[in-house]
Amino acid sequence: MLDTIFFYLFALLVVGGGILTITRSSAVHSAICLIGSLVGVAGLYLLLHAEFLFAVQIVLYIGGIMVLFLFVIMLVNLDEAARERQFNGQWWLALACVVVVGLQIAWFMRKGAGAFKLAPAAAAAASAAKGNTEAIADALFSEYLLPFEIASVLLLVAVVGSVVMAKKRI
Amino acid sequence: MNPISQYYTATDHFVLVPAIMLALFGCAILLLDTWIIPNPSQRKWLLPVFVLPGLGLTGFALWRQQAFLAASGSAEITAFQGALTVDGFSLFFNWVFLIASLIVALVSYKYLEIEGEHHGEYYGLILLAQSGMFFLATGTDLVTLFIGLELMALCFYILVGFLRTDKRSNEAAMKYLILGAFSSGFLAYGFSLLYGMTGSTKLRDIASTLAMRDAWDPMVFLAMATTAVGLLFKISAVPFHMWAPDAYEGAPTTVTAYLSVASKAASFAFLLRIFMGPLAASRASWEPLLSIVAILTMTVGNLAAISQNNVKRLLAYSSISHAGYMLLGLIAGNPTGIKGVSVYVLVYVFMNLGAFLVVVALRRKDLLGEDVEDLAGLIHRSPGYAILMLVFLLSLAGIPPTAGFLGKYYIFLSLVETGHYLLAVVGTLYVAVAVYYYFRLVRSMFQTDASVTEPLATSLGLRVSLAASAALTLAIGIYPEPFLRLAQSSLTR
Amino acid sequence: MTGVPLSWYLILSALLFALGVAGFLFRRNIITVFMSIELMLNAVNLSFVAFSYQLKQVNGHIFTFFVMVVAAAEAAVGLAIILTVFKNRETLNVDEVNSLKN
Repeated sequence: MLDTIFFYLFALLVVGGGILTITRSSAVHSAICLIGSLVGVAGLYLLLHAEFLFAVQIVLYIGGIMVLFLFVIMLVNLDEAARERQFNGQWWLALACVVVVGLQIAWFMRKGAGAFKLAPAAAAAASAAKGNTEAIADALFSEYLLPFEIASVLLLVAVVGSVVMAKKRI
Repeated sequence: MNPISQYYTATDHFVLVPAIMLALFGCAILLLDTWIIPNPSQRKWLLPVFVLPGLGLTGFALWRQQAFLAASGSAEITAFQGALTVDGFSLFFNWVFLIASLIVALVSYKYLEIEGEHHGEYYGLILLAQSGMFFLATGTDLVTLFIGLELMALCFYILVGFLRTDKRSNEAAMKYLILGAFSSGFLAYGFSLLYGMTGSTKLRDIASTLAMRDAWDPMVFLAMATTAVGLLFKISAVPFHMWAPDAYEGAPTTVTAYLSVASKAASFAFLLRIFMGPLAASRASWEPLLSIVAILTMTVGNLAAISQNNVKRLLAYSSISHAGYMLLGLIAGNPTGIKGVSVYVLVYVFMNLGAFLVVVALRRKDLLGEDVEDLAGLIHRSPGYAILMLVFLLSLAGIPPTAGFLGKYYIFLSLVETGHYLLAVVGTLYVAVAVYYYFRLVRSMFQTDASVTEPLATSLGLRVSLAASAALTLAIGIYPEPFLRLAQSSLTR
Repeated sequence: MTGVPLSWYLILSALLFALGVAGFLFRRNIITVFMSIELMLNAVNLSFVAFSYQLKQVNGHIFTFFVMVVAAAEAAVGLAIILTVFKNRETLNVDEVNSLKN
């Protein structure tokens, strides 16, 4: 019961934050609302027993990415940007995609959880004994060692790229 | 060889060496540029030359893998618990990437000096992008594929915006990045549904689980559709092509050349892995969808190319239409079709790179050299370049005896074999349209009244690469057997 | 065990994804467009974690983790590019950044 209440609470935060993000005309307001939405997603991670991702979501997404966004919003000329027209004429496209997703949701509603003939959870017991962070670490450094290493190259590229783009003289 | 650890065995290492070499040399060039090169005049030739051992060692590692496969008689080597699979398919595409990187690394220095942006980062990013492509062609795990794709795409975002003081380059990078990130979102959503339905991130497990489900199962369809949107963005198929003309026009021309061949080839490798693997069972639902996309792609690509006055933009639309032809091979789906796509990709690398290299050659200090008029009178100024351009354009149009004909031939053959007569007819009709706009360029080259009369001044690397591309374009067309065997090897998977 | 069924999470994820897509198509300010992409990626993450919970695996958590890494890398490069664009032309309106059209 408590779970359901929390789910609704966080879901409200996620959707409300999301709607405000795409409708507020000021970029700073949008960013703040997005942070709200991200906090909601983090809460849902907790409900789903993904404690590690909850921490990463707060530290990396909200503490890292969103602060970067706010920095850039502050750096560029905000007053000028705020005076420009904020919405383009493609509302029909946006509407169409919302309708498509609406149909998808309706379908989920009708089928409920039965929509997923899920593969049997074979290794259920293995991860249950360990904590979430421990289980993730195990998987990350055994089965997913390779993507982890590629990610290090990816981050190097991101660093090099940001320097190339933003520095006056390389 | 002793296993290094349980999770990084000797086999894993053997499979990963090409990517390690690329990443290592990519980083080494960054360091070299900062610390070791003392004066700018050495930089001009030292940087491109330093790429050569990196690509050489990568090629050597690939060659060893090929030799191992041939000697052991097995069809594939799997590594990292099924996250990477080396087979004929992956090796074929890796060779294609290697050729593209080699040519682009050799031709760039003069162009970048003119633009005033000759930095080591350029070469480093080319090698790192190629390591991303390695994972796209070799990966058989959703996580590896996704992060490999992002590695490649991130390198390209930066390369497209490499001319930092040029407004057009900035804009191109911004549009490419925004739309690229948007398509990655779709792709990841599709992947999440694939994972949810099957409980695995390995393509093989996903394929076996999905095979038990109906192709029109709404969940499978949704996963297929979102994955397809993400992938079609990457190969610039209509209606997800809008980034391509802008990115191609604004990027440095050498990067445009690289983007149009290597990124497209890698995305096709990815597309084939997904559609011939996990989604093969739901062919009934994606075949009509992709047929429509292919027809639209050929239509928009060819018709929009007619009215372009910027050569890079024209070639961008032409490359969109080529993506449509390659999709036809996937739609046919029989061995001839897949072989057709492989041949097409190989041929496309030479002819499209060649055409862009001529545009690179046209660039000089006071002239962008991107308009159709800038080609005017090329036959009188530099007859050699004009003849080479003619070869590339004939090949792009698909006229025998050039290589382009061969690529189209196998695609159409596979369509006829599998009974897709309508698609074959539409594809053939658009060849006529393509001939029309390619010959606009040819007419411009052969006209007499040119505003500029000096011959082109180009670098040694550019001349060698152009000659090699043209020679191969003709060679594949005239004596195709060895190249067909190479393409045939991509089928063993 | 939580009493909330999987499908609710998936609906929420689909809704968030749709909001992201709608924002992407709807907005003109490039930074807001970028934020819409973050919404989409969060929808993806949510559905991965929900599936992962249902399947009692951590594979989905791993994918989510990598999506976050990718999002961070993309945001860093993307915002650097946006800054360069702004330095050179002083506007962030998508429709006015159009010197590439003939």
